[in-house]
Amino acid sequence: MLHLILFSVFGLVCVAGAVNLLLQRHPINSALSLVVVMGALAVEYLLLGAEFVAAVQVIVYAGAIMVLFVFVIMLLNAGEEEHTHGSRVAWLLGLPGMLAVTVLICWGLIQDQTSSVRIGELPGHPADIAQLLFHQFLLPFEVTSILVLIAIMGAVVLAARPESVRETKREH
Amino acid sequence: MSITLFIIVSFIKIALILFVLLTAVAYTVWLERKVVGRMQNRWGPTRVGPFGLLQPAANGVKFLFKEDLTPPHVYKPLYIAAPMIAVIFAVTSIAVIPFGNSVTIAGYDIPLQITDVNIGLLVVLGITSLGVYGVALSGWSSNSKYSLLGGLRASAQMVSYEIALGLSLVGVLILAGTFSLRGIVDAQAGHFWGFIPNWFIFRGGQIVAFFIYLTAAYAETNRIPFDLPEAETELVAGYHTEYSAMKFAMFFMAEYANMITVACIASLLFLGGWRGPVFGPDWLQAILPVFWFSLRVFVFLFVYIWVRGTLPRFRYDQLMAFGWKFLLPLAIANLVVTALIVAVT
Repeated sequence: MLHLILFSVFGLVCVAGAVNLLLQRHPINSALSLVVVMGALAVEYLLLGAEFVAAVQVIVYAGAIMVLFVFVIMLLNAGEEEHTHGSRVAWLLGLPGMLAVTVLICWGLIQDQTSSVRIGELPGHPADIAQLLFHQFLLPFEVTSILVLIAIMGAVVLAARPESVRETKREH
Repeated sequence: MSITLFIIVSFIKIALILFVLLTAVAYTVWLERKVVGRMQNRWGPTRVGPFGLLQPAANGVKFLFKEDLTPPHVYKPLYIAAPMIAVIFAVTSIAVIPFGNSVTIAGYDIPLQITDVNIGLLVVLGITSLGVYGVALSGWSSNSKYSLLGGLRASAQMVSYEIALGLSLVGVLILAGTFSLRGIVDAQAGHFWGFIPNWFIFRGGQIVAFFIYLTAAYAETNRIPFDLPEAETELVAGYHTEYSAMKFAMFFMAEYANMITVACIASLLFLGGWRGPVFGPDWLQAILPVFWFSLRVFVFLFVYIWVRGTLPRFRYDQLMAFGWKFLLPLAIANLVVTALIVAVT
C-alpha cells in the first residue's frame, strides 16, 4: 500500500516536472525541471525493484548528461526565451493527436495485463542485468557502443576549428 | 523486529550518525588549521579552549550570527537553493556507508549502518555526482564573473574526473563481485601467505586503482592541488564569492563532508573497512571495529591535509590534460589487467 502511494506521488512529481519544463521561460529552470523528472523516474524504477537501473539513471542522466546541459547554458549565458502562441495547425492537430495517443496507450495497457509487473517484482538485480547484456543481447550492446563511438567522433570533427580542417585537406 | 521498532532504531541511527558526521566535519576544519599551521611553522588556533579545541564551536556561533547578505544582482531562487543542494547531497551519501559489523542490544541484532542496499556503491556515486549542481548553480546564480568562472571550472573538472574515479573502482567490483559495501568488506576477510591482510589494495594490481581513486577524489572534492574552482589568486573565492554567513558555511560543510565520504569509501574498498585485531570483553569487541574504521578515515583525512600543505595548485590545462590523457588511460589499463588476472586465476 505504501509502495502504491509513493509510486503515485513520484509519478505526479514526474509529470509536474515535465509540465514545468515546458512552461518555464528560462533555460536553466527548464534544465533543472528535467533533472527533477529524471530523479522521479529513478525513484519509480527503484519502487518497481530495478535498483541497478535506478542508480544508473541518476548517475548517467542526472549526474552527467544534465550537468553538461547546465554547463552549456551557463557557458553561453542563455537568456529568457520569447514564447510565441504557436501556429493554429499545432493546436488543431496537436490536441486531438495527443488525446488519441493517450487513449491508445491506456487501452493497450488495460488489454494486455500479462506483461505488466507487480510493484517490487521487476528482476533488477545487477547480476541479472549483466547476464542479459553480456550474453543474450551482446551483439546489440556492442553495436550500440560502436554507434555511440561514431557519434563522439562526429562531434569532434564538427567541433574542430576550420583552420585545422583546411590543413588536413591540403595534406591529401 | 516490528515495524515501529525498526523506525525508532533507524531514527536513532540517523540522528547519531548525523551528529558524528557534523562534529567530524567541524573538527576536520580544526585539524586542518592546526596541521597546516604546524607545517608552516606556526601554531594554528590556540585561543579558544585548550589547543584551540573550542574553535569549531566559536566558528559555528559566528556563522549563525553574521549578517546574511544577499547581493541585489543574484538570481534569488537558485542562489538560496545552491548551498542547500550542496550540503544535502554531501550528507546523504553517508546513509549507505557501514561503520562496522552489527551490535546486539537487548536481543536485537542492529547493523552499524543506516541502510544496507545491494547497490550501495552506486548509490554513493550517484548522490555525490549530483553534488556538482550545488557548485554549478551557485556559480551561475551569483551573477558575477568570478563565481561563474568558478562554477564552470568546477562542473568541467568534476565531470571529467568522475570517469577516472568510476573506472578505478570497477577493478574492486570485479574482485568482490558485488555492489554492496558490506559485501565488499566481507570479501576482504582473512590473510594470504599467512600474514598479509586480504585487502583489495594488495590484490591484482589494485594498488594502481587505489592511487587513481585518491587522485580523482581530490579533484572531485575540489581540494588542493585541484582546487581551481576556488583559486583565490585568480578568482577571489570562485563559486562562493558572493556568499556570506551560514550559506557560505554550508559550502564548507559540503566540502568537508565529501572529504569524509571519500575517506570512508577508500577505507571500505581498498583497506578492508573495519577489519583489524579484535580482542577483549564483549563491549570492546563491539567497539574495536568502529575504532579501526575511524582510524583509517582519520589517516585519509590527515593525508588530505598533508597534501594541501605540500603541493602547489595545478594550472587549468594541466588539470584537464592530466585527467583525460593520463588518469583515464591508466584506469582503463588497470581495468583490463585486473579482468585478465581474474579470468586467469
